[in-house]
Amino acid sequence: MDIPGIKMLRSKEFTKQIISSINSLVKNIKKPIKFMHVCGTHEHTISKYGLRTLLPKEIEILSGPGCPVCICPAADIDKAVELGKRDNTIITTFGDMIRVPATNISLAELKAKGADVRIIYSPHDAITIAKENPEKEVIFFAIGFETTAPLIGYEIQSGPPSNFSIICAHKLIPAALELLMSQSQLRIDGFISPGHVSTIIGMKPYEIFAQGYKIPNVISGFEPNDVLLSISMLLNQLKNKRSDTLNEYSRVVKPEGNLIAQKIIEDVFSSVSSPWRGIGRVYYGGLVINDKYEEFDADKKFDIKIEKSQDIPPGCSCHLVMVGKLYPYECELFREECTPINPIGPCMVSQEGTCSIYFKYHS
Amino acid sequence: MSKKKGSSNVIRLAHGAGGSLQEELIRFITKNIPLKKVNNGIGVEELDDGATIPLKNYEKEIVVTADGHTVFPIFFPGGDLGKLSVCGTVNDILMMGGDPIALTSMIIIEEGFEFDKLSKLIESLNSTAKDANIAIIAGDTKVMPRGSLNEIIISTTGIGLKDSKIKIEDRNVKVGDKIIITGTIGDHGTSLMASREGLNISTELESDVALLSDVINTIKNFVQGNFIHAMKDPTRGGIAGALNDWVNKSNTSILIEEEKIPIKKEVQAICDMLGLDPYNIACEGRALLAVDPTHSEEILKKIQSTPLGKDAQIIGDVKADNPKRVLLKTIVGGTRFVDMPIGEPVPRIC
Repeated sequence: MDIPGIKMLRSKEFTKQIISSINSLVKNIKKPIKFMHVCGTHEHTISKYGLRTLLPKEIEILSGPGCPVCICPAADIDKAVELGKRDNTIITTFGDMIRVPATNISLAELKAKGADVRIIYSPHDAITIAKENPEKEVIFFAIGFETTAPLIGYEIQSGPPSNFSIICAHKLIPAALELLMSQSQLRIDGFISPGHVSTIIGMKPYEIFAQGYKIPNVISGFEPNDVLLSISMLLNQLKNKRSDTLNEYSRVVKPEGNLIAQKIIEDVFSSVSSPWRGIGRVYYGGLVINDKYEEFDADKKFDIKIEKSQDIPPGCSCHLVMVGKLYPYECELFREECTPINPIGPCMVSQEGTCSIYFKYHS
Repeated sequence: MSKKKGSSNVIRLAHGAGGSLQEELIRFITKNIPLKKVNNGIGVEELDDGATIPLKNYEKEIVVTADGHTVFPIFFPGGDLGKLSVCGTVNDILMMGGDPIALTSMIIIEEGFEFDKLSKLIESLNSTAKDANIAIIAGDTKVMPRGSLNEIIISTTGIGLKDSKIKIEDRNVKVGDKIIITGTIGDHGTSLMASREGLNISTELESDVALLSDVINTIKNFVQGNFIHAMKDPTRGGIAGALNDWVNKSNTSILIEEEKIPIKKEVQAICDMLGLDPYNIACEGRALLAVDPTHSEEILKKIQSTPLGKDAQIIGDVKADNPKRVLLKTIVGGTRFVDMPIGEPVPRIC
């Protein structure tokens, strides 16, 4: 099960070498530096291995909107809850999603009240459940970025049973990065770009940041030394006044991405302007199902109207945390009223949510 | 101000997963018990592995533990519910410094459960009890209508005896103590997760479910001499739950070092893949010990000399700064907190 070189990516000696190169680069640059990542798994690596405690104080690592569970609008969860209340329905979704608070109750609370809500590990499991329960409607609550969309797209292309449908809440990462660039007060010096998403989309979608916005970015893997190497690659660009898209995760990410997966996305979905929880409508920031597959679109199959939904409850600062404007501990509810046991905002729920990660790993 | 939206008026699965939600549930159930201990013995308030009843005239204490055992699937790689029930009971008595004497078992069965399966479970329960040299002295059986429980539940009461002078308690962890783990972590929970329907991970990993009797017997002198300040089997909630319990009850902090914590390659790989933290995952045949630093190396060597304890390691120290927190020095040299686990571990999505 070993990946070649994995030991090096977690080796303390290698870490020391990277940190010493980071320290000398920072001395050359002589100003405070802000880097942002947009992936919950990157925040997880950074926090889990205590990487911030190893970096010089001049470098600040901000956490962007990279947690698919956190940015899923409450209205979409409300839809899943409404459908789950009906007789003869089974709601299936990924583990993290079930605890996220929505306008009224979460899917976990709905399950505790007796509804059939099942955690699955792959969209294919939802198809299997649909085949095993032909008398029931099986709805897959499909969330995630470019990484999860091809999996569900493939299932839809393969002709699922007629009692299967999805609530399509997929979002697209490059669109959100562009929105962040337009928020001038953030002054980001470089992006640590998401390795998993890039595996699918490749390097091309990032070109606009390097060429248009003159922001260096490095596609990074998820081992501790991957992230530190990416930081040193960003610093190197700053030192040399360059703004390129570089690939630290070349053992997985190909420049062109995964062409088969891209084709599936294109065939099954179309990109549209789409609401992100706490961020608002993002231009071409989400996916909907194409008409030729509309029989599997739960939105069209069932008549569900969500009158009024609430993304950010009063007092919650998730919308600011998600775009790196606030650290979780700067929110007045953090650790006081809002804890992973009683999450008030979405970022406190998922293992990839910034608030939940800060609660777990930081003082 | 905003209301606590996440709080719920029903019991959720996470209330039983060994994290802080479970603690909340236990406090809810126990807060109004009129008499919570016998004389100056250990009672409900301590939330320890069990309780003690002092026998004044004999300088002895009866150790009592209670445990409900459920597991899915009931036959899992490396064991089954029968073995798990006896091991859990015996280990809890051992963790209080007691010698296991007897147990009672209450078996609740779902209508339709097959005799063949029951016979296998009983066989395993009996043979494990024989290995532990513990008597099964009473029990009860109930059959419930189909659908009112999942197959079978075994609930046990364990009875042991200990010298009154032995003080092994969670709150007894002292600054300067060394923390020992008697074997690799996370084997039980990870192997179960891998064997569950839906994951299809093929691995030869087995549960670590085992009696800790040999490991504890080999360090009996140190138990008698009170050089072992606390012992705990890190079941639900894993070592993160157990260590947090200690720092909270003893008002200390514990610093553990990631590179010293024994963990099987398969466990690490499966946890990495599913986004799970192995520190939160249950063990069923391991013990954590907080021991006097002057005897820590001797104790470690004794434990390592037993087959079950061969992978034992000293993984950290008890400190005074950052009271009530568990800290981890990571493999790359950074430092972070290890928090009380929050509920059921669930795999992440990407």
